[in-house]
Amino acid sequence: MAETPLLSVEDLHVRFHTRTRVVEAVRGISFQVGREKVGIVGESGSGKTMTGRAVLRLVRPPGQVTARRLDFLGTDLLTAEEKALRAIRGDRISMVMQDPKFSLNPVMKVGRQIAEAYRVHSRASAAETRDKALKMLEAVRIRDPERVYEAYPHEVSGGMGQRIMIAMMMIPDPELMIADEPTSALDVTVQMQVLAILDDLVTQRGMGLMFISHDLNLVASFCDRVIIMYAGRIVETCRASELAQARHPYTRGLLASLPRVDQPRDALAVLQREAAWRDEESVDARID
Amino acid sequence: MPASTEAPVPAGPKVAAAQLDVVFGRGAAAVHAVRDVSFQVEQGETFGLVGESGSGKSTVLRALSGLNPGWTGRLEVDGRALGPKRGKAFFKQVQMVFQDPYGSIHPRHTVDRVLSEPADIHGLPDVEGRMLRTLAEVGLGPEFRFRYPHQLSGGQRQRVAIARCLMLEPEILLLDEPTSALDVSVQAEILNLLKRLKAEHALTFILVSHDLAVIAHMCERLAVMNNGRIVEELSVDQLRRHETRQAYSRQLLRASEGYDRDAAREQITYD
Repeated sequence: MAETPLLSVEDLHVRFHTRTRVVEAVRGISFQVGREKVGIVGESGSGKTMTGRAVLRLVRPPGQVTARRLDFLGTDLLTAEEKALRAIRGDRISMVMQDPKFSLNPVMKVGRQIAEAYRVHSRASAAETRDKALKMLEAVRIRDPERVYEAYPHEVSGGMGQRIMIAMMMIPDPELMIADEPTSALDVTVQMQVLAILDDLVTQRGMGLMFISHDLNLVASFCDRVIIMYAGRIVETCRASELAQARHPYTRGLLASLPRVDQPRDALAVLQREAAWRDEESVDARID
Repeated sequence: MPASTEAPVPAGPKVAAAQLDVVFGRGAAAVHAVRDVSFQVEQGETFGLVGESGSGKSTVLRALSGLNPGWTGRLEVDGRALGPKRGKAFFKQVQMVFQDPYGSIHPRHTVDRVLSEPADIHGLPDVEGRMLRTLAEVGLGPEFRFRYPHQLSGGQRQRVAIARCLMLEPEILLLDEPTSALDVSVQAEILNLLKRLKAEHALTFILVSHDLAVIAHMCERLAVMNNGRIVEELSVDQLRRHETRQAYSRQLLRASEGYDRDAAREQITYD
């Protein structure tokens, strides 16, 4: 674990004001991300995606983000001007979204998209940029980078599209990557390769990774630490290797509802949600 | 011996496929989606087809259900060969549940209309009583009858889709990734429901999934598919004991057990 965290979040709220009421998607959570793999797990509607988007201030009005602290290596993301934020977004903090089909520009060649991501933040020449883009495609284990560089997104498979997205996000060498379900649209074997790439980025370059996922088994085997969210709050946090010994009834219920290859069961346990979970204090997931 | 007027029902498999081939397109652009696939499913069994995207598992199911008319080979239900076009009697006997409960139910029809339509088409009596019984069977109260799909959660929609099948009292359900769009806790509820319905109605299931854990939980036997072919057929016990004979199945099994740095390094691409 890192001595100084890259990202410190204290008492983060995301609210949506509608005509009749206020929907609180995230309700006062605190956590930190160091140079490590932090998994944020929860079911749909738990606020995990909104947490990721709030860090990059990507929640659009009427959504409203407040926090006591939202600090990225000394920069206050909450009060930073749009211009300062643009220098951070995609350069020092990058984000990989779930579905490459919707996040790549369909009418622009893959190579140009990757190059664009690089040139926005650097003054590199065209030749240099092309070189770097091809290197990145190679780094995400695309076997024929020259061909893919000249391809349109519809000409590549989903797994390749996601690796292209990761290449694009890696090219500025970010300090923190927010990956929102980066592998859930992929086949298990391709998923494994994409995770290996992310793993290398963390261990070799010292990047921090915020890995948002609904898949408990995956997070337990891939991440260093896990944060479990329910109804906009953190119900539990633990080391990923200790997830099987989780104590909160919600986490335990989720684990029990998973079918397993090695353990035959007649019926799967059904999660009984308790109203009290919603009102429990959010658990502090800061490193110290 | 005198020939009997009524032939006895052969004690063969409930569903069978032999040398099934599906090709999309023609000439140089032809895609051979299913290649020489053969399998048999016994009455009351749950048979799994597992594989990654593009392996042809869903295409096999769609050919069986009558949604893909362009296939060659032999498909049988109760020993009777199926043609490219299916009649009403076929759909009374075989129904399908689709992956995406957001896309498979008409957004502007109420649950009442969604459920009564198949019963009306087949001219079944007492549609209302049948509907209320079926709703109760899938765990939805009568208050759901006049709701629209947008008023239902993903799990509730999938229950409606299952109820729509049950309205016709079918014998065979074709399940195409029925829980992959759902949260794990909702997945558990739907899988439990399917298991219960199967026992109560003596149904035969063919389940397509990319998730080996779901397949292991539901099925007695399974076939691993890759690139249009069946790589191997396994019993669930063989799967649990990791007794796979083919390298591809072994890799799939290992990948489904979570992230493993060494396994990622050793992976071979099977294209």
